[in-house]
Amino acid sequence: MAVRYLGAEVQRMEDPRLLTGHGRYVDDITMEGMLHAAFLRAPMAHAKIRSIDPSRALALPGVHRVITHADLGAKYSHRMNQLYPAPVIEQNKTQYPLAKDEVCYVGEAVAVVVADSRAIAEDALALIDVDYEALPAVVNIMTALEDDAPLAHADTTSNLMGKMRSSFGDIEDSFAKADHVFSAAFMQHRGGCHSMETRGVIARDDPWGDGLTLWTSAQSPYLIRRALATWLDESEERVRVIAPDVGGGFGPKAGFYPEEVAISLAARIMKRPVKWIEDRREHFISTTTQRDQHWDLEVACTAEGKILGLRGTVTHENGAYIPYGILLPNSSLTPLPGAYSIPAIDVGVDIIFTNTVPNSPVRGAGRPCGIYAVERMVQVVSRELGIDPAEVRRRNYVRADQMPYETGAKLRGGAPCIYDSGDYEALLEKVLDLSDYHSFKERQAAARAEGRYLGIGVSSCIEDTGMGPYEGTTVRVESSGKVAVRTGAASQGQGHQTMISMLVAENLGVKPEDILFESADTAKFSHGIGTIGSRVAANVGPSAHDAASQVREKALKLAAEVLEASEADLDIEDGVVRVNGAPDLSITLGELAVQLTPMSAMRVPTGFDPVLEATSFDGSSGSPIACGSNVAEVEVDPGTGEVKVLRYSVAHDCGVMINPMVVHGQIVGGVVHGIGNALFERMIYDDQGQPLTMNYGEYLLPLASEMPRVDVTHMETPSPLNSLGVKGAGEGGTIPAAAAVVAAIENALTEFGVEIDYYPVDPQYLTELIDAGSAQAAE
Amino acid sequence: MKPAPFTYHDPTTADEAVALLATHEDAKILAGGQSLMPMLNMRFVVPDDVIDLNRIDGIAGIRDAGESIEIGAMTRQRDLMRDDVIATKAPIIPAALHWVGHFQTRNRGTIGGSLCHLDPAAELPCLMALYDAELTVQGPDGARKIPFAEWPLAYMIPSIGPDELLTGVSVPHWGGNTGHGFVEFSRRHGDFAIVAAAALLTVDAGKITRAAISIGGADVRPIRLTEAETALVGATPDAGTFKAAAEIARGIEAMSDAYVSSAYRQRLAATLVERALAAAASNLNGSA
Amino acid sequence: MADTRDIEMTVNGESHAANVETRTSLGDFLRHGLGLTGTHMGCEHGVCGACTVMVDGEAVRSCLMLAVQANGHEVTTVEGLAEDDGTMSALQEAFWKHHGLQCGFCTPGMLTSLTAFLRDNPDPSERDVREAISGNICRCTGYQGIVDAALDVAKTMQKGS
Ligand SMILES: Cc1cc2nc3c(=O)[nH]c(=O)nc-3n(C[C@@H](O)[C@H](O)[C@H](O)COP(=O)(O)OP(=O)(O)OC[C@H]3O[C@@H](n4cnc5c(N)ncnc54)[C@H](O)[C@@H]3O)c2cc1C
Ligand code: FES
Ligand code: FES
Repeated sequence: MAVRYLGAEVQRMEDPRLLTGHGRYVDDITMEGMLHAAFLRAPMAHAKIRSIDPSRALALPGVHRVITHADLGAKYSHRMNQLYPAPVIEQNKTQYPLAKDEVCYVGEAVAVVVADSRAIAEDALALIDVDYEALPAVVNIMTALEDDAPLAHADTTSNLMGKMRSSFGDIEDSFAKADHVFSAAFMQHRGGCHSMETRGVIARDDPWGDGLTLWTSAQSPYLIRRALATWLDESEERVRVIAPDVGGGFGPKAGFYPEEVAISLAARIMKRPVKWIEDRREHFISTTTQRDQHWDLEVACTAEGKILGLRGTVTHENGAYIPYGILLPNSSLTPLPGAYSIPAIDVGVDIIFTNTVPNSPVRGAGRPCGIYAVERMVQVVSRELGIDPAEVRRRNYVRADQMPYETGAKLRGGAPCIYDSGDYEALLEKVLDLSDYHSFKERQAAARAEGRYLGIGVSSCIEDTGMGPYEGTTVRVESSGKVAVRTGAASQGQGHQTMISMLVAENLGVKPEDILFESADTAKFSHGIGTIGSRVAANVGPSAHDAASQVREKALKLAAEVLEASEADLDIEDGVVRVNGAPDLSITLGELAVQLTPMSAMRVPTGFDPVLEATSFDGSSGSPIACGSNVAEVEVDPGTGEVKVLRYSVAHDCGVMINPMVVHGQIVGGVVHGIGNALFERMIYDDQGQPLTMNYGEYLLPLASEMPRVDVTHMETPSPLNSLGVKGAGEGGTIPAAAAVVAAIENALTEFGVEIDYYPVDPQYLTELIDAGSAQAAE
Repeated sequence: MKPAPFTYHDPTTADEAVALLATHEDAKILAGGQSLMPMLNMRFVVPDDVIDLNRIDGIAGIRDAGESIEIGAMTRQRDLMRDDVIATKAPIIPAALHWVGHFQTRNRGTIGGSLCHLDPAAELPCLMALYDAELTVQGPDGARKIPFAEWPLAYMIPSIGPDELLTGVSVPHWGGNTGHGFVEFSRRHGDFAIVAAAALLTVDAGKITRAAISIGGADVRPIRLTEAETALVGATPDAGTFKAAAEIARGIEAMSDAYVSSAYRQRLAATLVERALAAAASNLNGSA
Repeated sequence: MADTRDIEMTVNGESHAANVETRTSLGDFLRHGLGLTGTHMGCEHGVCGACTVMVDGEAVRSCLMLAVQANGHEVTTVEGLAEDDGTMSALQEAFWKHHGLQCGFCTPGMLTSLTAFLRDNPDPSERDVREAISGNICRCTGYQGIVDAALDVAKTMQKGS
């Protein structure tokens, strides 16, 4: 029998290479004649460019060229592509690869220097003279639509990029028949990418040879290929994009950036390869981030805490440009009923331009915000009605017997959002057990007797994962018996190689070490979509499974003829086809492959196509909905406002787990990202649009020393939407985390009546709430 | 993020370093590099010359001089944490260094670098204020000594000339039945403190006979809480006494910046002073 | 003219001589001068720890040291942690077993830091390990696999001694 890998904890195949220092990230690649680039970036948030004079920079030895918008010529004078056009985009502002005559955020690329070394290129930046005329900048989304607000772009009349709305059910009726209506308003801030590898690009242009090749630290090489080819007005076949090892992505690396265009053109102009590696300061000001959302909501419920409706408005900070369509506001609205059956929802979003870095999804995209909003309102109901938070949730969950459950919301493509499978209440009970929720009150009382403040918070989430339409795989057996496996999906650490190799090994009957895996090179696989939105397992999983099965069938069919046996009696193990009961009768997959790829004038066996190969684009027929319930236990020190997360428990259901070890890693990493959002990560701008948190002493990423151990338990409710029953797992840790942590903090500080309306929750803010609460109690 | 070009010098004696300083107008001294190198990489400082002290003999090391401990400027923070003399005579130093950056930065970072960099929230300057330590700098005219109280001139500006070099610091030894407490609040382990409080208490026959309190991070330079120190002498080391000291701490002048308000710093100072005093009272008989 | 120096250092047991520009960091020299790209630069301002290497056995940030300062010293990078025959060290094995890495970018700094830390602290608590790697940022793993790997190695070392 073939080895079962599906569901086994398999150590990752990519690790030995990475553990011994043999990864190949963009900056590790070097080539003959390569030059180095550095970007001159806007020092102010909003300004007209009057003139640029590079002459002093050009005089510096080692500097080859300074390129500005004007140097690109008429053919390359247009703005960047809109990657995700949508009707609600009223002002479609994308940026120029190099600013033309206006800069709209600190960090916008203005010129690129090409030099012998990066150090010299940086030396030259200081010698470029740009004459700017400062313009007023808009930063605060809450006042950006007022009549006298500064405008983010000089040629517009409003900072409103567009509006969108999620609305279903009879909202008026829900509110009319409610026993209670409660409201809450809160700000959510999510930070930037901060993958430990920054972005980076090498471009080589060989018009007489391979055409334009780009090595870029990216999640979606095919999207970049198309966008770049379109922008250049060239054939996609002449543009090759390779994502080598990528040191983390988390969303912001899924786009198409000005630097990818500018470096391509620089290579073309210089007729030499050009490398640009983003430095960490640039990462803060030029890699897209998520930023602020303000929510103002009302919830209608019965006296028993059954939620009838949710309505309100969201103000969403978009940043200066809109490279990424409305993915972020959209994915904030889609999950809005959360894990609950809420009959009516009506929430509108105003999308606002500000003079800050353009935004893009960061791990979870808008889902953490949407889920936070729902969970906040559930928390409000629990608090106002005095019902235990777990119990309010039980009363509102979509029940297992309601599956598939159509919420009324729409997915990004416009399809209805349908919860395919899951048992949310059972998942809650699992996490309550795991976290010792039922004995928390005793723990809390004992700690209080020692003067310590413990709190507990619950949150539940759903996650629409695995968005289609496909992520294909090719499996091909070569003459040596080795199996080439290729896919478009780029990995940024998720372990695609291991997952796909396991599926192929199991289904084809070969050893994992005989698989030669390659991915994320547009020249090696026809088309791919990208690693975003927890979509890869649910798409490439089925396609790898299917392609391997097709190759297996073909091999068995041919082997049956060669060995003169019945197919039913054949089995493949370690790359050898054997006849059951006749151990001497066998043929290797390599030998079969040779028969299917004969020499000239020889014959392909009748009834067979050449090559022992198959390609599949099998994926998920809809969006599998993963779910999770989390419990955070915290201690708050009222003396300092410090919050310590003592314990964190997760019950998660992402359907069938291909490799539980990898799922576990995704969940734990995601939770820590979510705790970072809840407590630490804050990108601060002053009111002139100057970024203030520009290094890792000021912008606080979560460290091992502050993070709790995360306990994880699973349910495996298969998704009916794909052949493996899998759902995505990449973001399920992050999505509910902030809600659980914030609820726990409030719970710890109940005696001060603390209600949190902002995250990340910083200690100063918390002490202010505590002091206000104490003062009120004293009155 | 590469440093702007500079000329590199690595003198092997302090005299040579001073001579280089005298002849190079825009030179920067490089000690452990844990503050200077980031600033060079980010081009916040762009000196013409960098004078590296790492090959100089004789300005690193710890010496027990009885009434004081003599510490060379180039002594690594790691070595301060591993030293027996310090561990027995000034245990508050390793206790505080535990909060300074990370073990990798302490492997390079020096005490002299920290005192010259003079970040308001840095732990070592806060301790030097606590001890009224005496610094020795060497210049073209020889060495001079500066009490720590006169060392910080303004925000991150020490009282040292452009042609001078810090060579060492002398930390007086507190004998008797002494306890120490160092507490700080930072967002994450290894971050600069938002506010730190350090305390030394000597207790005799149930009464405090000598006290020192210093607060880092609250203002542009470490603050000595002299009013509270005076009030503590003669008092019993108990919760009420410490609470009263904490109230004095709440009244200090504190700065505010983009991240933290002065009111919050004052509130933290009160909390932390109380905790530092309580900690000191709980480890008396250590010979801090 | 650029200020350069002739330097010599031993890296992973092999001696190297080179002429470097004095402003070049040790990290950039290892990566681009010697082609040892296992050492990663994540922030170049001393906080992320990705660039950590051992100089004379002590873990240091290679972005905060100039290459010229390593003149005459011994440097160990991630490429030097495995045995000569390629056998991974116990710590590398444990990272593999405990899923202590995802994208692998922070990994070299984690490994060099923990190699030095565990040598000096063979019996650490979980808290000790978490503080030891507080100067190494990982965006992917949530640290748990890394902490478990370090504790596992320590436990094995304790048993062995
Ligand atoms: C991630 C990280 C976290 C940190 N956290 C903390 C923290 O929590 N608390 C803390 O206090 N520090 C912290 N630091 C900084 C600390 O590590 C430095 O060691 C210290 O600030 C400077 O010491 P240095 O020896 O590295 O000096 P350098 O960086 O070499 O020099 C600092 C300054 O002092 C001058 N200088 C140095 N030595 C002399 C001398 N002998 N005479 C005259 N001038 C001199 C230099 O010219 C320079 O201006 C941190 C650093 C990093 C990278
Ligand atoms: S690159 Fe050296 S610490 Fe980040
Ligand atoms: S594994 Fe990606 S940063 Fe640590």
